[in-house]
Amino acid sequence: MHEWALAEAIITTASQIAEKEGLNEVTEVKIKVGELQQVEKDILEFALSNLKSGKLHKAKFQIETMNAKLKCRVCGNQWFFNKENLDEKTSEAIHFVPEIAHTYIQCPKCGSPDFEILEGRGIWLESVKGLK
Amino acid sequence: MADPRISVINERIKEIRNIITVSSGKGGVGKSLVASTLALTLTKKGYSVGLFDLDFTSPSTHVILGIEGVQPKENKGLVPPSVHGLKYMSIVYYSGEHASPLRGVDVSNALIELLAITKWGKLDFLVVDMPPGIGDATLDLLRLIKNIKFLIVTTSSLLAFETVRKLISLLKALKVPIIGIVENMKMNNTKSIQQKVQRLGVTFLGEIPFDIKIEESIGKTNKLLKTIFAEKIDEIASKI
Ligand SMILES: Nc1ncnc2c1ncn2[C@@H]1O[C@H](COP(=O)(O)OP(=O)(O)OP(=O)(O)O)[C@@H](O)[C@H]1O
Ligand SMILES: [Mg+2]
Ligand SMILES: [Zn+2]
Repeated sequence: MHEWALAEAIITTASQIAEKEGLNEVTEVKIKVGELQQVEKDILEFALSNLKSGKLHKAKFQIETMNAKLKCRVCGNQWFFNKENLDEKTSEAIHFVPEIAHTYIQCPKCGSPDFEILEGRGIWLESVKGLK
Repeated sequence: MADPRISVINERIKEIRNIITVSSGKGGVGKSLVASTLALTLTKKGYSVGLFDLDFTSPSTHVILGIEGVQPKENKGLVPPSVHGLKYMSIVYYSGEHASPLRGVDVSNALIELLAITKWGKLDFLVVDMPPGIGDATLDLLRLIKNIKFLIVTTSSLLAFETVRKLISLLKALKVPIIGIVENMKMNNTKSIQQKVQRLGVTFLGEIPFDIKIEESIGKTNKLLKTIFAEKIDEIASKI
């Protein structure tokens, strides 16, 4: 259910952007969701359609999931996050705070937890389109 | 591309009347002990209180308060559990006994994430335990939370006070309110820190002696509240 908190954040930000760009009506919001956070797309969509109001009343939300790409700072190895290797408790922890990945995931090549999350961490607003 | 988390942070903290950041330029001066005991004391006085451990790489307040076996509840965000009458939030809910080796950008991201999803509700005081120094956590709080106030801990040592002086000058330059300075682990009778603090035009909140009973009270709040340390915190709490 923490998807609702994220949905609320998306709606607030999209409204602010609409305001700033002088949009009267928002038609489309593009959202990128990083795989690391393992957001339940259905819940997020449901929450978004429930929370949208005002200028966002008719907005369509496009949600794109992005693979989470990790890069080891010690040996330079790059790999993709795969939640299949994690137990339920661990993936739930990473779901709430993606940085917790550093606690449970190590570089498959050298074992270091010192990696960079190159892409696919959390939730980003890609674009907000609408009518002026 | 916009980070949606930032916009919702003010919404999450809007029902909190006072946010008190327990901070210091120096490590090991007693920030976590002061923050935990202050949160307990304010709770005992009848206020609604939250405690937020922002020392992500070395969280300690859960040890001081003996907090175990609780988790936040999910309800359109995370609702911190009530422990000893206060709402408690820490990264240990998710990292457990494991290390969380985080670099600056990760500290920043984790902090923003938790600020964006934690539902504190109505609070009189949110006490925040900070990592030592002026780092990412401090800069992010200054950036993201407008009505923040600082309670600064030092020891009698010049080494600690010199770092505190730097923190004070930064906060003054940024016009961030300083509640005052606490001189902790005092083992002599000089007033030199108090005078230095007053010369800077900052409130001196009081001294806490080195209390040999502290160690045996770690993890036992009833015992902790009966120490001289807690007695002094009680006096300090009535000034804020
Ligand atoms: N007044 C005191 N008398 C005796 N021991 C104390 C006192 N204040 C703090 N301590 C002890 O000193 C140690 C450091 O305290 P604490 O962890 O609260 O410091 P800190 O500033 O939070 O450290 P860090 O910078 O690592 O977060 C602990 O073992 C604590 O029990
Ligand atoms: Mg500490
Ligand atoms: Zn590696």
